[in-house]
Amino acid sequence: MEYLCGGNMNGVNVMKNPIENLNKTFDSRIRLGIMSALMVNESVNFNQLKELIQVTDGNLASHIKALEDNGYIKIQKGFIGKKTNTLYSVTKAGEKAFQTHLDALEKMIKNIK
Amino acid sequence: MNEAQKLSNELQDIKQMMERSSRFISLSGLSGIAAGICALAGAWFANSLINKQTVLDLRASATLPDAIVHGDFLNSRLLQVAFVTFVAAFLFAFIFTYRRSKKTNVPIWGATAKRLMINVSIPMITGCIFLLALIKAGAYDFVAPGCLIFYGLGVLNASKYTLPETRYLGCCEIFLGLVSLYFKGDGLYFWAAGFGVLHIVYGIFMWWKYERS
Repeated sequence: MEYLCGGNMNGVNVMKNPIENLNKTFDSRIRLGIMSALMVNESVNFNQLKELIQVTDGNLASHIKALEDNGYIKIQKGFIGKKTNTLYSVTKAGEKAFQTHLDALEKMIKNIK
Repeated sequence: MNEAQKLSNELQDIKQMMERSSRFISLSGLSGIAAGICALAGAWFANSLINKQTVLDLRASATLPDAIVHGDFLNSRLLQVAFVTFVAAFLFAFIFTYRRSKKTNVPIWGATAKRLMINVSIPMITGCIFLLALIKAGAYDFVAPGCLIFYGLGVLNASKYTLPETRYLGCCEIFLGLVSLYFKGDGLYFWAAGFGVLHIVYGIFMWWKYERS
């Protein structure tokens, strides 16, 4: 179907290989969850992420570390009373990478259909 | 499961996570229905306290001190009924939403709930203070339209942080409030339509869409 409307944007995009645009870093449900939550919120703390994604502390921490090492999220340590409160937010690079990943996913779905 | 389905599910997961983390989705339709019934009951009580003539007298009381019917408005039965109605509606709304939050597994007092409460409260508290000033000035005609308009603005503002359909409820309340400005003396009927009927219609719609199982 896509090839029939060759003149428009969709038709052009189909020619490229969208798999190249899929980001290996986001190749996990937990990392996708972290990025999704951070994309629509200014910042989210560790416990909120844990509740949302429903994973163990260690598991979540290791995925956060991976995203941080890639420069996709930034960490801000703070305190609420005496308790530490670690806030996470997405970086400009992370926003861009995630958007590219989403676009690639969408294109792949269109291609297969 | 084929490849397209797998990718579709992945996108679906992402969308769901974005919604869950930014909107308070546990708002129950039953809360709307319960609040609407409270409002109708409150309006019925209020109606037995006042009739059209009293409203006209109340209006006159701004210029004629001896035309005051219920004495000090702030200590009147009418305001007590209004207060009890508000507390009852809020309590019932809370109970049903609390029950739903158990089902959706979202904490009742999480980040999204807080954000929702703050955003609905700002226009509502502003409205409260403004309406008290109107009452003090004797402009009783504007109380019912004011309730509807400020409540509508509050709901509209909150709609970004909860189920998106609340946007239409907010717009309807504002519209009804504006129309009622031109029907002086009928404020209570508009109030009952806005807080009673609209809430019930909205509640049934939301329950039907999200909670019917």
